[in-house]
Amino acid sequence: MTQVRVLAGTRKGAFVLTSDGKRDKWSVSGPHFGGWEVYHMKGSPADPNRLYASQNTGWFGQLVQRSDDGGETWQPVGNDFGYAGGDPGTHLWYDGTPRPWEFKRIWHIEPSPDDPDTVYAGGEDAALYKSADGGLTWTELTGLRVQPSAPGWQPGAGGLCLHTIILQGSRMFTAISAAGTFRSDDAGETWRPVNRGLHSEGIPDEDAEVGHCVHHVEAHPARPDTLYMQKHWDVMRSDDGGLSWTEVSGNLPTDFGFPIGVHAHEPDTIYVVPITSDSLHYPPDGKLRVWRSRSGGNEWEELAAGLPERDCYVNVYRDAMAVDTLDSCGIYFGTTGGQVYASADSGDSWAPIVRDLPAVLSVEVQVLS
Amino acid sequence: MTFPDASPNASPGTQVRVVLPAHLRNLAGVRGEVVVRVGVPVLTQRAVLDAVESRFPMLGGTIRDRRTGKRRAFIRFYACEQDLSNEPPDAPLPDGVAAALVAGTEPFLVVGAMAGG
Repeated sequence: MTQVRVLAGTRKGAFVLTSDGKRDKWSVSGPHFGGWEVYHMKGSPADPNRLYASQNTGWFGQLVQRSDDGGETWQPVGNDFGYAGGDPGTHLWYDGTPRPWEFKRIWHIEPSPDDPDTVYAGGEDAALYKSADGGLTWTELTGLRVQPSAPGWQPGAGGLCLHTIILQGSRMFTAISAAGTFRSDDAGETWRPVNRGLHSEGIPDEDAEVGHCVHHVEAHPARPDTLYMQKHWDVMRSDDGGLSWTEVSGNLPTDFGFPIGVHAHEPDTIYVVPITSDSLHYPPDGKLRVWRSRSGGNEWEELAAGLPERDCYVNVYRDAMAVDTLDSCGIYFGTTGGQVYASADSGDSWAPIVRDLPAVLSVEVQVLS
Repeated sequence: MTFPDASPNASPGTQVRVVLPAHLRNLAGVRGEVVVRVGVPVLTQRAVLDAVESRFPMLGGTIRDRRTGKRRAFIRFYACEQDLSNEPPDAPLPDGVAAALVAGTEPFLVVGAMAGG
């Protein structure tokens, strides 16, 4: 029997939400690691019962937890995240002065599609790590951080975080706030910025090669050259593997937001959650809405059925949207108000799975058969 | 709990009671105090913490920064109603503290600092 498992990382622990393929009745387990921030939790495509979770607090630092039984039990694995190669040098601080790189936390975990023991992690201050032993040991892929623009990277409000990792065989993409998107064609050895076409009013050179506050990037596996980006402001699209970008915000009520999702079976169908502005991190008019484009951007439709009509002032973070792979594609997102919403019909209608979790930091979903 | 060796100096193998904050007890899978064996003749903050991390490797990096060895910002070390947090990690613990730890009459406390508003 088909089972759907939603992995929700929150401000105060991790939760595992399960349902059958109808996705109308859910059971909730957790909190796992209660009291700890779980920025991200994701399962291995090669072994769905292998899960990884990033666990952190300001008191006790960073841990990575691993489950080999689908989240029933967990064990802490390696948490030695340093900067390889001796003196890591500096990046720019908020005030424009050089600041030594300092590890703070793991924002995103990306398991390999082929090997349960191989997993990548994106850190703050921006660094890309790889483990080939199930998370026991981590090695920084230094090619990203030592490329020439890195000393000029400056943190966004959330920190200098590497929050997006896209694996496409030997080609990889990462995204960093507020540096931009980077591409490697040699499995992470060397990197180059791929931000041509981005335009950001908040930086001195509005179309600079780096310095853009990219919030999230997604790609459909069947169309790897097409990338979709939710930038600080602007929804963007690339059809040449990031070499050039065009804005596809179209008729969105606001093009500020954090997550962006791509339908599992329709590479031109994408989802965003418009947020009022960079200073008002809640939906316009207190109405929580997902907007869907079936044309890869520019033409958007408002999805409202089942979502709050009024008095809703939550945010949806960059890693808090996911899609499942069932025939009728499921879309999921979590809010800073602790709700996880699910749609079992590609976004036409929505219902909350849970309403009162801690603030949701990330949402991932697995389909188990 | 009282240990037989009550001299202020430890002998290799001296046992020290340690109280961990709740999150770290959960992480280590223990309840209540733990007892660690300190393998150096002079009790220091570093020696006690090395013994804790040796017995509970999953606590590595949660009390002290892995790279610098420095106390994490929101961790405090207390014993015998004294704040040892800012003492040099390799300095011998004060005689009264060392004696109480060696005797087992007082524990070494690892505390999550009060922080927040």
